Order: sequence, then structure tokens, then C-alpha cells
Amino acid sequence: MSTSPSHAETSAVYSLELKDLRKSFGKTEIIRGTNLQVNAGERVAIIGPNGAGKSTLFNLISGRFEPTSGQVLLNGQRIDGKKPFEINRLGLSRSFQITNIFPKLSVFENLRCGVLWSLGYKYTFFRFLADLDDANQRADELMAMIKLDKKRDVLAINLTYAEQRALEIGITIAGGANVILLDEPTAGMSRSETSRFINLIKEVTVGKTLLTVEHDMGVVFGLADKIAVVVYGEIIAYDTPEAVRADQRVQEAYLGSSAADAQAGGH
Amino acid sequence: MNLEFFTISLLNGLSYGLLLFMLSSGLTLIFSMMGVLNFAHASFYMVGAYIAYSTSQVIGFWWSLLVAPLLVFVIGAAFERYCLRRVHKFGHVPELLITFGLSYLLLELVQLVWGRSAVNYVLPTGLEGPLFTVFGTNFPKSRAFIMLISIVMLISIWLLLTRTRIGLVIQAALTHPETVEALGHNVPRVFMLVFGGGAALAGLAGVIGGNTFVTEPAMAGSVGAIIFVVVVVGGMGSLSGAFLASLLIGLIQTFAVAMDQSLMTLLAKFSYVVTPETFGYPLLKLTISQVAPILPFLFLVLILIFRPKGLLGTREG
Amino acid sequence: MTRPFHEFKPYNVGRWLLWTLYALLLIAAPMMFKSSLALTMLSQAGYLVIICLSYNILLGQGGMLSFGHAVYAGLGSFLAVHAMNLAAKGTFYIPLPLIPLVGGLSGLFFAVLLGYVTTKKAGTTFAMITLGVGELVFAMSLMFPEFFGGEGGITTNRAYGKPVFGISFGPQIQVYYLIAFYCFICTAAMFAFTRTPLGRILNAVRDNPERVEFIGYNTQRVRYYAFIIAGFFAGIGGGLAAINSEIVTAEVVSGVRSGSLLLFTFLGGATFFFGPIIGAGLLVLALILLSELSMAWLLYVGLIFLFMVMYAPGGIASLIMMNLRIASFGKLKELWVGYLSLAVTALVALVGAAAMVEMIYHLQLNAALGAELGFMGVRLNATNINSWLGAGFVLITGLGLFELTRRQFLTQWGEIQNEIEKEIKRRELL
Repeated sequence: MSTSPSHAETSAVYSLELKDLRKSFGKTEIIRGTNLQVNAGERVAIIGPNGAGKSTLFNLISGRFEPTSGQVLLNGQRIDGKKPFEINRLGLSRSFQITNIFPKLSVFENLRCGVLWSLGYKYTFFRFLADLDDANQRADELMAMIKLDKKRDVLAINLTYAEQRALEIGITIAGGANVILLDEPTAGMSRSETSRFINLIKEVTVGKTLLTVEHDMGVVFGLADKIAVVVYGEIIAYDTPEAVRADQRVQEAYLGSSAADAQAGGH
Repeated sequence: MNLEFFTISLLNGLSYGLLLFMLSSGLTLIFSMMGVLNFAHASFYMVGAYIAYSTSQVIGFWWSLLVAPLLVFVIGAAFERYCLRRVHKFGHVPELLITFGLSYLLLELVQLVWGRSAVNYVLPTGLEGPLFTVFGTNFPKSRAFIMLISIVMLISIWLLLTRTRIGLVIQAALTHPETVEALGHNVPRVFMLVFGGGAALAGLAGVIGGNTFVTEPAMAGSVGAIIFVVVVVGGMGSLSGAFLASLLIGLIQTFAVAMDQSLMTLLAKFSYVVTPETFGYPLLKLTISQVAPILPFLFLVLILIFRPKGLLGTREG
Repeated sequence: MTRPFHEFKPYNVGRWLLWTLYALLLIAAPMMFKSSLALTMLSQAGYLVIICLSYNILLGQGGMLSFGHAVYAGLGSFLAVHAMNLAAKGTFYIPLPLIPLVGGLSGLFFAVLLGYVTTKKAGTTFAMITLGVGELVFAMSLMFPEFFGGEGGITTNRAYGKPVFGISFGPQIQVYYLIAFYCFICTAAMFAFTRTPLGRILNAVRDNPERVEFIGYNTQRVRYYAFIIAGFFAGIGGGLAAINSEIVTAEVVSGVRSGSLLLFTFLGGATFFFGPIIGAGLLVLALILLSELSMAWLLYVGLIFLFMVMYAPGGIASLIMMNLRIASFGKLKELWVGYLSLAVTALVALVGAAAMVEMIYHLQLNAALGAELGFMGVRLNATNINSWLGAGFVLITGLGLFELTRRQFLTQWGEIQNEIEKEIKRRELL
């Protein structure tokens, strides 16, 4: 079930589109027919109760899992069933809920690895990394963007948690992908860290299509253009924050009192 | 190929396959439970045989059947407790490395105590001689005994895992060790028991295999690679896969070793004579018995190309 | 050893200095150690360095544990020896200095062929596949005596070419310098590899293979290419081995060989580039010297390996680097008493254990010579209970004292690490 607000049924190519996506693990159907259309440059927050299937959706989109049936389209091209690296090369990049960086490489090296493929360096072993000016420059830019330039040579494993999350984002956007999926980027952060992080996310994803799974309602209402509410593997609402907040079904199924809290500015 | 050859080879192949399964089941259990592939598993097989060799001179074979695996259990459990547990936090590669080191250690210790040549580990009088005669060829009692013990052992393990409380705990800890620990079970102790148990299984295989086959320091190396092939071919972590693969490989090897046909003899049937000048002669003249040693490994490579999950595998190793 | 993860780069000294020293060492070694035994050892060490470094491309840089790497070095040896024989017969002339490249191409070819199947999987399954493929090749060696030479192997003569400037490569010293030349070039090449995109992505694959897929790289491809490069260099080492010994038997592709590569590369240290160089040195020392001293040398090596995996998984290289790090903060001198006590107590325990081991072996092998044997200047009687008690006592005392010293040392080590952490934070704030 889905509602596509204020858009006529045009043949516009959506940045990301899900068509009747289904995923079963054994006999249990986790994703039960989701439909979604995301326009280029939109920021969509995906919310829902625990176990609703939000991370699974991300895994399906990014190629970590294969859908049981249904389609995933990236800029009009089908990507369901493709391997993660194929999808990434087509311009979709994701971050992980559990920090997924390269622990024994430095911050700079982490970021540089992220840019190598997109700059066309592929599997080359005939050139030195130190000579790849564009890669090094881009890594420097990214470092400045995520505000880790003072920690250039620190091993990723030695960073603080928030710094590692920032690095995670950095690696995600490094390749210049136009569709970014962030899986609970602020998980485990304090209040102040979260608001700083959200500003960082806004800065680095300017002009890109962003999908983010979030639990923090304050974050969601401040960041997103649209909210998709996932309950039991289906999207029961997909609309602007205000519309979703007012939606009866959503309030019943999920928001409950948190909506009132968010309106009051607390959590 | 006549019926006599077929029957005897079938029986021999089954008994060898069951022995392989006794070994690879312990390996699979340890791998499923702890994620560590015990490189020293075949070494426990060797240790079991050697210990039985010594104890059977003192207390006889039948008591050794009980005592030797028990001693191997102790060795395995001690190793898990003092060595393996310590590297668990480093990841799977160090775990594999430490069992690799153990295999060297056990080999050297065995050679230290028992010497570098084969020892005369004999069958007890009760197991000497043929059980029955098939078309003029004997089927030895010892081989039948191997089949008997293997089947009894496997049924007991199956019953243990599915019918007893400790078995349920083990099964649960197979996939969700943290949950089981949160429920109050001593999971490290369970790991120790499983590792020791797997080692004991291998040791038992050694007790009965050592006097049917040969007991020498090289026995670990020769069977070691094969049981790893069995485990990968069967599908990492699948007991039924290991069973199927063990029997298959046991049968193939037993049949192959006795067959003297080659591509050359096959072509001869079609009146095509192959001489040393023929192109590809080195390949054509190979008899199946000469090729027998590589068959398990060839099987491994083929499975990996065409069915990487293994015959009955479910988890991605 | 403990968190946080340490990395220490003394490259401020100047990379050029280190490489020059390395080259000088290679050139000057035979002049410092003049005996023919030393020359043999140096020659062997030379090509083993190449093979161990190639192995570490897989183990240390890629996180790929292979139990069958000797296959590529060994097949390199075989093709090299056949090439030498063909050249000697006049069928196809390749000058001797280029023969190692024949080995390299052979290693490359087989790595391309076998590597595709081998790298289809990762982790433990990969290790098992390498074992299986290694056994496959070894078992095939008996099937094709034309190529593998059967029981006796294939022999050759390396001085088949016309001497150029008097160099025929007959004398060992000339072979040594050929090996040393390749050793330097290959070390440099493999080091350069670590500084290329593929080399770095290989490290990323080691650290987090799943993430690598999500930055656009096909992990399987990365591993396959690394496997091929490792096979290439292993083949070069194998070719040099063939030149050095002038005989190649099927044993060079055996699981035993692969195992010793793993053992000693790990001992040397897989986490640092120069670790395998140390490992190759240890391998030669163990094979040639240690095996002369005691029948049980592999037992001792196995024990050391076991302890290394448990307590120092980064190998000797990591121990060196940890101490260099402490030294750079000026705190190494505080530890020398601790180190000395550890060494002495360990030695005592070792003496006790070795005495018992030697007595056992004496009983086994030399019983005809009577029950007495000499051990470190003391006459022991292998059948006399006193000798056994004495040895046992020494062993237990040594172990006990070692354990005490170890705990003391660990506390001291921990304190020093804390002091260093504080110092680092202090410097960060400046």
C-alpha cells in the first residue's frame, strides 16, 4: 500500500523505485509487497517499529539480500538481483547501522579507498597511491567535510564512536553516489552529538537523494522531506512529515505519544 | 568387473566411508558449534590409535576401546580450555592457526614417545579373520567391527543431541551461543565438552582404524586432507552432507584403487592401439588405480566449480 | 597485544636509508660470513625471503590463510629446471639469469588456473580449498613422472651457458649474488605493491570484506588478482631454488612445505612487511642449524608457534616494533631487567625440557650406544631415575620462575603502556 502525494502518474524516472518488493526468509515473509517512489534530491526518512523490516529493505535495495520477488529500480534501471558492487557502481551507496569501516587503516586511507573505484583506478597495481592526485585531493576534501582532518593518520579503530560514525558517512559519500542510504546514522549518540551529526548529514548530502532509517523523531521531523512508515513489512504511509503525523493509521500503529512529544520539542 | 569384486569393494568402501564419517562428524560438530575448523582433528585420530596400541598391551583391546578415547577427550578438552579459548577473541584465522600448531605438536610428541616408524598395533584375537566369505573373497571381521562401532556411535550421538537436555543445549549453542549463555548455561564449558567430544570421536576412530589399517606417524597426514575434503564437499556444517560425502569418497576410493583400466585399455576395446608415441600417452596410460589418490581432491575442485555450497550445505563457509 | 591498536612508523629515519642498508647487507653478507655453510644458508635464505614475502601478500595483507602456497613455488621450480635442461640440450636457449622469470611465469600461470577456483570462497573454506588443491598437485606428482621426475626428481646443471665475463654460475658465490639480486628486486616490487590501489584495497578486503563490496569493488576479483601476483613471486623464488640446488623433487609442492611456509612467515610476523624476511631467516636457521642440534627441533618450533599465536599473534616483527615504540618514548631501559629475568627463567625451563627430550630420543635411537649421553657438558644417564628427576626439577623450577617473572613483567608493561598513552595525549594537546 502506498500513497504518492501530489504527483501525477507521469513517466518520470524516479531516483529510486520499489515495485511490489517481497522478501521471505524460509517461510516467513519479512517484506510483504512494498511500493515506493523517491524523486531525485528528496530526503526520505524511513521509520517504523522494531522488526518492521527497515534494515531488510535497505539490504534489499543495496544488494546485500536478493528479493524473493518484485523490482528495485535505480534511475529507471532494474538493480534487483545485482551484486552490491554492481549497484554501487551504478550510483547507490549505503552506510551501516553497526559501524562498518576498515579498522586497521587510517582515516585518510579509509576515505581514499572509498574514492578509488569511482575515479576509475580499479584493480591497478602499476601506479602508486601517493601519485594519484585526484584521489588524494578528494580524500582530503572528504576529511574536511566530515571534520576529521585533524585525525588524518589515526587508525580508524582508535577513533571515538561518533568519529567512527562520521567516517562511516564519509566512506559512504566518497564515491560520489547520487543515492545515499543511511541506516540509523545516529544510533548510540548523545543528544548533542546527534544534532551536530544531522547538520553534517545535511551538508554532505546536498543535492543527493537520501534515504535514512531513523528512530529519533526529532531528527526525522527536522531532516526529512517525506516520511515512509514501515509496519510489518509494508509501507503504510508515505507523505510529508505533517501529513504523516496527522495520519490516523500511523498514529495507531506506531507514533502514539512520540508525535506529541516531538511537537513539544522533546523526546 | 564381476559380482565378487563389486560386493567386496562395496563392503570395504562402506566401512572406510563410515570411518571417514566418524572422523568428519566430529570435525563438523566442532565447526558448527565453534566456527573453528580443527586442523588437528586427524592428529587426534593418530593419538587415539597410538594410545590404544599402548594400553591394549596392558589392559587389552576391549578396555582400550573405552580408555583411549577418554584420554583423547581429556587432551582435547584441555587444549580447548587453555589454548583455543585464549585465541577465540582474535578471530577464526588465529583459531585455525593454533589447531594447525597443535597438529605439529601432536605429531612430534607421538614421534617422541613411539618413534618414527610404524608400530605393530595388532587386532585382538576376537577380530582376526573373516566374518564371512563372499564368492571366495573374505570380508574381515575387523572391517565389520568398524562399521558396527561407527553406526552405534553415530546413533548414540544423534540420540544425545536430540533427546537429552545437554544435547538440546548444544544444539541451541550451535547457532545462538550468546542467547544460551544469557539463559544461564555455561557455554564455555559446553564448548570445551564439544571440542573434547569431537576429539574423542576421532580418537575412537583411531582405536578401531589403527589396527585395521596401519598405525604410523603419517596416518594423520594422509587421512587429514581427505576429511577436510569431505567436510567441504558435503557442505560446511552439514552432518548429513558429511555422511553422504564420506560414503561417496570412501566408495570411490576403494573401487578406484582396485581398478586397472585406463583410457588406453578403453581405447583398445575399440581396437585403437595406443603406443608411447601417441600424443597424450602419459595421460592415456594412467590406470584408474594410479589416479585414485587424487580423486577426492578432483571431486573437491569440481564441487567448488559447479556447486560451491557443497552437496547438502546450507551455510556459507 | 592489547587495545588500542598500535601502529608505529619509524620511517622518519628515511626510507632510502633502510633500502640502502638492505642492499648493502645483501651484498656484504658473504664477506662477513665466509664459511661454505654460511654461503649455503644465505643462498637459501635469499630465495626463501621472496617466497615468504609472496606468501604474506595472501596472509598478512589479504587475510587469506593458504595451506598450499608451496605449489606455486614448487611448480616454478619444476618449470625452471625443465627450462634449464632444454637450454642445456640446445632446444630452447634461455640464459640462466632469466630462468627465475620462467619460474615466475609458471607460478603466474598456475595461479591463474587454480586461483580462480580457490578464491571463489573466503576464510576457512578458502584455507581448506588451498589444502585440497595442494594435495591434488602433490598427488599428481606421482602420476606424471615425465614432468615430476618420479621418486628421484629432475636434476640439472646450472652452468650450461657460456661464461660471460668469467661468470658461469657454477660456483656457489656467483649463484648467491644472482639470488641476492632477485631478492632485492622482488622485495622492492612487493613493497611497491603495498602502495598501489590494488594493494590497499587488498588490505581493505582483509579488514572488512563486506564493506569493500559497498564501495564498488568485487572482493572475489581482488583476492584472485592478489593470488596471481603472489603466485608469480613464489614462482620466481622457486626458480631460484631450482638453480641453487640443481635438483627438484615432488616434495617441493608438498603440504609439509606449505606448512613450513605458513609456520615461519607467521613466526616472523605477518602484520608487518618485513616480518616474512625475519621468518625466512628463521626457517633457514631451523632447517640447517637447529635440526643438527636436536631431533626434536620441530617440536620446539611447534611449541614456540603455539605460544606466538596465543600471546603475540603479530610475530617477532610486532614484538620488535612494540619495543621500538617504547624505546622512542625513552622507556625501554626500564624493561631490561624484566627481559633478562624472562630470558633466564625461560632458558632454565628449556634446558630441563630439552634434557628430557634428548634422553627420550637417545633411548629410542641410540640405545645401542649405552644409556649415557652428553648434554650441555653434563653426563646424563637415560635409564637412571636421577637424571630424570634432575631434569624434571630444572624444568619445573624454570617454569614456575618464568610464570612469576611473566606476571611481574606484564604489570610493568601495562604501566609503561599507560604512561605512553598519557604522553601521546599530552602531545596531541600541544
